[in-house]
Amino acid sequence: MPTFVPYFNIMSVPTQVVEDVVIKFAGDSGDGMQLTGSQFTNNTALIGNDLSTFPDFPAEIRAPQGTLPGVSGYQLHFSSQRIFTPGDTCDVLVAMNAAALKVNLKGLKQGGIIIANTDGFDNKNLRLANYPEGVNPLEDGSLQGYELHKIDVTKLTREALKDIQLGTKEKDRAKNMFVLGFLYWLYNRDMTSTFSFLHDKFGKQPDILDSNIKALQAGYNYGDTVEAFASRYKVSKAKLPAGKYRNITGNTALTYGLIAASEMANLPIFLGTYPITPASDILHELARHKNFGIRTYQAEDEIAGITAAIGAAYGGSLGITTTSGPGMALKTEALGLAMMLEIPLLVVNIQRGGPSTGLPTKTEQSDLLQAYYGRNGESPLPVISASSPSDCFFAAYEAVRIAVQHMTPVILLSDGYIANGAEPWLYPQTSDLKPIEVIFKKALSEDEPKFMPYLRDEKLVRPWAVPGTPGLEHRIGGLEKEDITGNVSYDPDNHERMVKIRQAKVDMIANYIPQQTLDSGPEKGDVLVLGWGSTYGAIKSAVATLQSQGKSVAHAHLRHMRPFPSNLGDILHNYKKVLIPELNNGQLIKIIRDKYLVDAIGYNKIKGVPLTRSELVSAISEMLA
Amino acid sequence: MSDVATPQGPALTAKDFATDQEVRWCPGCGDYSILKQVQTILPQTGIPREDIVIISGIGCSSRFPYYMNTYGMHSIHGRATAIASGLKATRPELSVWIVTGDGDALSIGGNHTIHLLRRNFNVNILLFNNQIYGLTKGQYSPTSEINKVTKSTPMGSLDHPFNPLALAMGADATFIARSMDRDPKHLQQMLLRSHGHHGASFLEIYQNCNIFNDGAFEIFTEKATKPEEAIFLEQGKPLIYGANKDKGVKLDGYKPTLVNLNDGHSADDLWIHDEADFFKAQILTRMFDNPSAPGHFPRPFGVFYAADRPTYEDEMQLQIEEIIATKGKGKLDALLEGKETWVIE
Ligand code: SF4
Repeated sequence: MPTFVPYFNIMSVPTQVVEDVVIKFAGDSGDGMQLTGSQFTNNTALIGNDLSTFPDFPAEIRAPQGTLPGVSGYQLHFSSQRIFTPGDTCDVLVAMNAAALKVNLKGLKQGGIIIANTDGFDNKNLRLANYPEGVNPLEDGSLQGYELHKIDVTKLTREALKDIQLGTKEKDRAKNMFVLGFLYWLYNRDMTSTFSFLHDKFGKQPDILDSNIKALQAGYNYGDTVEAFASRYKVSKAKLPAGKYRNITGNTALTYGLIAASEMANLPIFLGTYPITPASDILHELARHKNFGIRTYQAEDEIAGITAAIGAAYGGSLGITTTSGPGMALKTEALGLAMMLEIPLLVVNIQRGGPSTGLPTKTEQSDLLQAYYGRNGESPLPVISASSPSDCFFAAYEAVRIAVQHMTPVILLSDGYIANGAEPWLYPQTSDLKPIEVIFKKALSEDEPKFMPYLRDEKLVRPWAVPGTPGLEHRIGGLEKEDITGNVSYDPDNHERMVKIRQAKVDMIANYIPQQTLDSGPEKGDVLVLGWGSTYGAIKSAVATLQSQGKSVAHAHLRHMRPFPSNLGDILHNYKKVLIPELNNGQLIKIIRDKYLVDAIGYNKIKGVPLTRSELVSAISEMLA
Repeated sequence: MSDVATPQGPALTAKDFATDQEVRWCPGCGDYSILKQVQTILPQTGIPREDIVIISGIGCSSRFPYYMNTYGMHSIHGRATAIASGLKATRPELSVWIVTGDGDALSIGGNHTIHLLRRNFNVNILLFNNQIYGLTKGQYSPTSEINKVTKSTPMGSLDHPFNPLALAMGADATFIARSMDRDPKHLQQMLLRSHGHHGASFLEIYQNCNIFNDGAFEIFTEKATKPEEAIFLEQGKPLIYGANKDKGVKLDGYKPTLVNLNDGHSADDLWIHDEADFFKAQILTRMFDNPSAPGHFPRPFGVFYAADRPTYEDEMQLQIEEIIATKGKGKLDALLEGKETWVIE
């Protein structure tokens, strides 16, 4: 691997230390902005900044080029302080074309830096971005309130690659590397991480590797040469808790959580699934780790995904199915079966904007009521939620634990925002993880003349007896079963008893989960902000702001959505007001009001994007007034 | 390849496979015979009871697992095939039997059926075809003949029926056979052959629903007409039928024709059955004429096609073994650490 030596080693431009930066990379969906963003993110992680990202892309793989709906964005917030959100507004906007500028300008701070690729502002691009005839925002002074840097990235990239034997189209693909190189210069970075990434990715295509590296270097050198910036910037290492960190996205963390649980429970994973945005990355990641004995099965449809997982769980594997809202709808009948069979199963729903096909690449928390109630008959199931990218690991681990120890399907809710978002992770060691004890029934005990598949223990849990075990042959199914024997029964009293038992079994899980704690704030006070899922970072930041102003605000964030921790009711009653912010039209709030008779107030946003700190600060302030 | 296991312990009998549950099919239903034949052949396979799993969907036939003293699951409509796929993928050593009906396997569960066949899991599909919906009290099914008058089609059904074996052939099944409830000996043979095949076995069983579709197959199953209307396939033997064994099927190029052996044709001229012949098997599955049409072909029974193709679960296992051999068994700590880390003091 070549080590990179800039052409000009003398640092002619001074470096300024800043605390906190938000960069938005925006371009056409074919411009490689997600890659640019994630490369800059990895590099940022390695220098020890705290960070939070928000990738935001169109549903179409190649949406119409140059248009407003075709803009793909990647927002990165990095800091020497602890941060929990990708930032409300940006300091730097990289706009690869006119549409990218138009879509993102409102999110840029006054006085912020715009790095514009002039080639993306030709007449055609301006027209596609709906600028009036003859208007070019780069030329008409409308960007006066910002620090505008115009770079003809296309021309400079082609120039840098003039000695490489590749077509213009291929060369233009390296434009994003030029931009990345330039930003590496601007933020004083060592580019080694991207060099190794490019070597891994294009090692077998020397011309492409060469063009990417040359473009990256050219971008860096360009910064050194043109002296367009009065200063370069540096963000110091963040003051995070001591330890060894890595960068992680939510879906990867969730996958690792599954693998960790499988290892610690000594149960092989079987994933039955069907590709769907934004859950497919879990399939992709699990499929890469078959040397853990993992079986991934891309089924013919969503129903086959879950039913194959049921078959695998019946056989003694850790059965998992992954999906998003519409797929979840298809799985509901099978989920009911798994609940009747009382076998362990993990159903992962990476929520996206609904209803129906909805907003496939946008985020929402609108499947909570579906998870709670979306099945025929009385069919309670435990529900777990993840609150940040790295938290997906622990949420997955806990969901598996509950499934296998309580013999029940468990629904794990994540969403598109944390699934694709990244953050530094103080990752655990195997020795930090509590082993998950699994008991298979191996034989009849002496006082058992005949196997009773629905004879329960003190947790109301029935035995897991898998095929291949002599003497425990038995039949199970979706028909109502007689208490204890499991035989088919249409007896009215038995049915009512079984419904109540199944409910009690799920309710009883509350005795085997941690008590609810406060994330921050006083134990009694004016306002409690109760959150769940991906709103964690925004709520935490907003509450911290108000606490620093001396306001009596506390934050509790739920992991266990069903059953709730047994002390949740007491916590809710310790505050004058309860605010429940959600990315939906009010779902948790319905359940909380129903269960605790608390007059909670909702703050709801249904725009396919995460909550911001500032909007929450206003919402909470209003309640304090 | 054969899946016959070595028997252990005292030999089992048909009785050992019966349960204490009262069998609840209508008296006279063809399902009784199928249950009996399955209970009869299982001891012959030598598989221990605990290694047998019977998975069904919904429908009259799908009550089957309750009556078998093995492991069993009575699941949801159409999904037995998909559930069995997941079980077999993770537990290749089990003997997995799918009991399904024409509605369950070909209507609501059609998708899973064809995908199971193309993947070639080593399972046995017993398709109880009675050409009617029995459990929901008599609507036409995807195998009902056109123009069928039922509760849901008082003016006659409009849809063209499936030809289940041609469908299985189209889905690249590796074992395709047909039998009937009323011929216990043949049914037992076909069950044993299905079991012996290493790969997905698709056995269509003509099953009489004496309540809602009585006599649907009697032309093939009853003494008076069976010899003229049913032709029994035997490996390496000419296609001969008829009460006097004097009729046969000849192949002119790809076109089957009926000949009379009394008209100067000899048995040597006839189509010799070869289960391994993929193309001829397709012609056989298409011998599916309406038995009331003049000049119609007799309906074939027996093994139409049997071929070797790696099973999904074997390949899946192989992939895992190969990756472990080259990369070593996965290590959790190394996975969590990943490639790039940094330390905060
Ligand atoms: S309805 Fe028909 S298929 Fe069903 S049990 Fe009765 S006779 Fe058999």
